[in-house]
Amino acid sequence: MTTASTAFQHRHAAHCESGVISSLLSHHGAPMTEAMAFGLSSGLSFAYLPFVKLSGLPLVAYRMPPRAIIKGLAKPMQARFRFETFRSPEAGRARLDALLAEGRVVGLQTSVFWLPYFPQDMRFHFNAHNLLVYGRNGDDYLVSDPVFEDPQRCASADMARARFAKGVLAPKGLLYYPQEIGRQQPDAEAIRRAIRKTCRVMLAPVPIAGVRGMRMLANKIERLPADAKGSAFIGHVVRMQEEIGTGGAGFRFIYAAFLQEAATITGRHDFAAFADRLTTIGDGWRGFALKAARMIRGREPLVPATIAQLLREQADAEEGFFRDLKKAVA
Amino acid sequence: MDLDAVPQEGNRTHAGLRKAVYARDAQGRMVVAPSAGWEVEEIVTTQAVDAMAAEADAARLRVQQGTASTLEYWMSARRMDVALLAQSTGLWQWRVRRHLQPACFAKLSPALLERYAQALGLNPEQLQRLP
Repeated sequence: MTTASTAFQHRHAAHCESGVISSLLSHHGAPMTEAMAFGLSSGLSFAYLPFVKLSGLPLVAYRMPPRAIIKGLAKPMQARFRFETFRSPEAGRARLDALLAEGRVVGLQTSVFWLPYFPQDMRFHFNAHNLLVYGRNGDDYLVSDPVFEDPQRCASADMARARFAKGVLAPKGLLYYPQEIGRQQPDAEAIRRAIRKTCRVMLAPVPIAGVRGMRMLANKIERLPADAKGSAFIGHVVRMQEEIGTGGAGFRFIYAAFLQEAATITGRHDFAAFADRLTTIGDGWRGFALKAARMIRGREPLVPATIAQLLREQADAEEGFFRDLKKAVA
Repeated sequence: MDLDAVPQEGNRTHAGLRKAVYARDAQGRMVVAPSAGWEVEEIVTTQAVDAMAAEADAARLRVQQGTASTLEYWMSARRMDVALLAQSTGLWQWRVRRHLQPACFAKLSPALLERYAQALGLNPEQLQRLP
């Protein structure tokens, strides 16, 4: 049996969730770039969650939690998305097959570890990966994974395992698809609201989120011992930044792309200047990662305080940026 | 990041996969460009992968010395820890920890062996020996 949704266009994206949802909306007649999906849903963030452990190390997120991008698009696009989770892999598989038989393109949340088409060294137990399934060919699902340049295939048994992996952020077979999309393009007011929300999150008066979260993480790094344990912690922070979902610098660049697009749609040319400023901040994140990597590799001595200082500089730069941006959209 | 600064130095942990990144082109627009990989990513990923491989090697040695069960080896080889294996099997963590001891593991019922094998993507025979 071969079913494939007509004329589905795979797109290569920097981040899985914004890539999946922008492809899904574009497929349903509301053309959207990845950057617009990311910005319009206020996807940019920072959170340091010392109480959520991944393999014994704390969760450091440079964006909003999984599903926030999809849910955040519902209001500005006047869309309704249907989310379904399942108790058993059998039920999840049957429902996915039924939706595909209807010719739908379906979004899935999966673990990365059990997807056979991922390179071996990238397969970690990370459960909040997003991909699209747009058809079936025999026992293989036709997969549009935004992280990959080309469409992939995945056997149904492997897909079932990836969808029903357990642990932190367990997907429980989550699948989603749009039921209704009211708008074809976001309006200026929705964009302004989205930017305000991002400013609010980044400047939130809680210690673990936004620029204050960065400073809390900097304090933690400063106290690390200059040994293998400290090196593993710093490596983990950088890995969360660069490897898992394009990371801190990557997200700043995507948001800069969104601000440029927002400048065109709203006619606010000052947004373009903000985009340039944010690109510079993104370069600072890359510098932070580079410095940390050199210390991990032993090319220069491991000094946690230096890393902490770089992180504080990033926090200061972002605080200034978001304060000014907040004034601009007030 | 400007377009000509997009890292193309390659990353062996990506096995040829090119990632999409955003960079500024000559006109100052942010555009999507494929990146062959950045050394920084390779360093931190290799660090994590090596740590997990070392864990699996240590477990293998303990199994050979008779101080750990093959379950401990397979748990490490599948990049899991006790917490994740417990969640994946629906068992209490203290039970999983007990089953890491060879004596307890040897007495496991076929049903429990099947449960572990299932969670680790193995069959029960594979689970009871080293690869």
